[in-house]
Amino acid sequence: MRALSLFITAALTVGSVQAAPAPSTPAPDFTLRSMNGPNLRLQEQRGKVVLLNFWATWCAPCREEMPHLNRLYEKYRAAGFVLLGVNVDDDPANALGVAGTFGVKFPMLLDTDKQVSKLYDLATMPSTVLIDRDGKVRYLHRGYKPGTELEYDQQIRTLLK
Amino acid sequence: MKPTTALALAGRLAALAALAGALAGCAPIEPWVKPYERERLADPIMQFQRDALAERHRDHVFTVREGARGATGVQGGGCGCN
Amino acid sequence: MDATRGAHALSRSLPPEGARAADQPSRIRARRLVRALLRLLGLGGLFGGIAGGAQAVDLPPDHAEAMIHIYDGGGVTASGPALLVRKNIANKVSLAATYYVDMVSNASIDVVTTASPYRETRQQLDISADYAVRDSLIRVSASNGQEPDYTATTWGVDVSQELLEGLTTVSLGFTQGRDQVGQKGLPGYFDHAQHWQYRLGLTQIISPRWLASANIEALADEGFLGSPYRAARAFGALVPERNPRTRSGRALKLRALGDVSGLFGWMGAARQAVRAEYRYYWDNWAIKAHTLELGYSRYFGDAWLADALVRFNQQSAALFYSDNASTETLYVSRNRQLSAFNSIGLGGKLSYTWKKVPGQYDIKVHGSYEFVRFDYQDFTDLRTGQPYAFNGHVLQLYVTANF
Repeated sequence: MRALSLFITAALTVGSVQAAPAPSTPAPDFTLRSMNGPNLRLQEQRGKVVLLNFWATWCAPCREEMPHLNRLYEKYRAAGFVLLGVNVDDDPANALGVAGTFGVKFPMLLDTDKQVSKLYDLATMPSTVLIDRDGKVRYLHRGYKPGTELEYDQQIRTLLK
Repeated sequence: MKPTTALALAGRLAALAALAGALAGCAPIEPWVKPYERERLADPIMQFQRDALAERHRDHVFTVREGARGATGVQGGGCGCN
Repeated sequence: MDATRGAHALSRSLPPEGARAADQPSRIRARRLVRALLRLLGLGGLFGGIAGGAQAVDLPPDHAEAMIHIYDGGGVTASGPALLVRKNIANKVSLAATYYVDMVSNASIDVVTTASPYRETRQQLDISADYAVRDSLIRVSASNGQEPDYTATTWGVDVSQELLEGLTTVSLGFTQGRDQVGQKGLPGYFDHAQHWQYRLGLTQIISPRWLASANIEALADEGFLGSPYRAARAFGALVPERNPRTRSGRALKLRALGDVSGLFGWMGAARQAVRAEYRYYWDNWAIKAHTLELGYSRYFGDAWLADALVRFNQQSAALFYSDNASTETLYVSRNRQLSAFNSIGLGGKLSYTWKKVPGQYDIKVHGSYEFVRFDYQDFTDLRTGQPYAFNGHVLQLYVTANF
């Protein structure tokens, strides 16, 4: 009876979807072209706290989030924090335009062929992944609601320690 | 415990487990259009109803002159426009 | 939902209570197990996406529209301004208000042949509030329309639920309306009318380029469903019309919308979309109507958007409709709205993005014109003796702003 109930419970939990990457797993490495030109590799950011933000120009919450991310970048960059924006637009020119409008200071990477988005199995737009100094995924945010930037602030502080 | 009752119970629970297992297999329907593939769908021309007032006026023009009404996505508002 | 139903059925098939006392412990264990299973199945559901991520739906964006609408056709001119404002309050609720004015100058064939032309103004105020609760959007709305001889009050609820990370949207809606019917020259209201509408809709994203939707609506009306100014014709003479006091109808609409940019080389590389809609309406007045609409939209450069559409509508007559009744029936009506006719419409719209600051606001100017031709098979123009037909022109000029 107990074995049967255990089997059923196991069967059901296996069925539920977990989007990769899960917390405490190493963040999948990738190399992408940045908006300024040079390629940027995630592995090279080891030793720094990384916030990976997947966004698109056609996604309204992504645009709402942009000024807050800019502010966080300015605040913590000296303490060893880097914010990487990954844009998934079909046309990178749109990304350039919007980034310019917001006066974005952090590196903006272009994922036009959606390879990194697939790698990170994005479930929503925007998605934010917080990676610690050892390259492990620590926090995952799906979507953006006003007030989420306070969570980011708190979590960045925790990881910077 | 009588053997027949225990067997019947085990049989029913096994059926339940099989159903649960089968359903667990069906449970995760992976969305086949990922969020980062929805750029085209985010454009205003990919909306069935673009401008509320214009749609509403157009629907009113036809509802008042035709016997058919409904299922247009424009809600409510009656009038004595007969 | 099907999973829980299946499990419920199975739980009922388990040995009933009050059987042998010796079997109690195993039965209790079995019941506990089933309860745990039901809870798990109920929570997990068939849509694993919900278990995986906290997808939340957004409130509609802040929006304002101002429009001038003009209709001219068949001797009727109806025009007026309309205004819509929608604002998001503290990201908890989105409130919207619409004010619509219709100034009607009526010299239609009914009016001209049986009465005298008149003018009147109808004013309508709508308010609605949208709430976002996880994956659902709930809208409550109320509306009030005032005319010199008619008052209409409506309230409604619409719920739309997103499934599969937004790929599927299921919507349910209910509207109830109460009208007071009056007549010019008579004080107060002499009758009432009530309306109920039940809606069910499904919108599905099929691919990164294609959308489809199916909507079904059940409509019910009760009360005074005619017009105190319209006469029917029986044996060549004008008689007051007699309409049933109830009406029940169903409408089914199927739509598909697709982004076809780049698929056909000769159409150019600009963003463009095609749309097809079909509605079938049937009711217990024996009216059956088919409506087909095809549309095409295309961007020209960054600022211009053009739309073209064509609409066909064909309707069969109501059971008690007659142009000139030759028998005595309980109900008789010469309302051409209920007659057998077809209409063809051809329209175009042009939109210009006047100002756009991405992420902050944009202002667009639009103009649309639609030409409609109505051809009646069984309604005689009493002035000429020929089947009646007329051309209508629908003109809309409006400004929209997202902010």
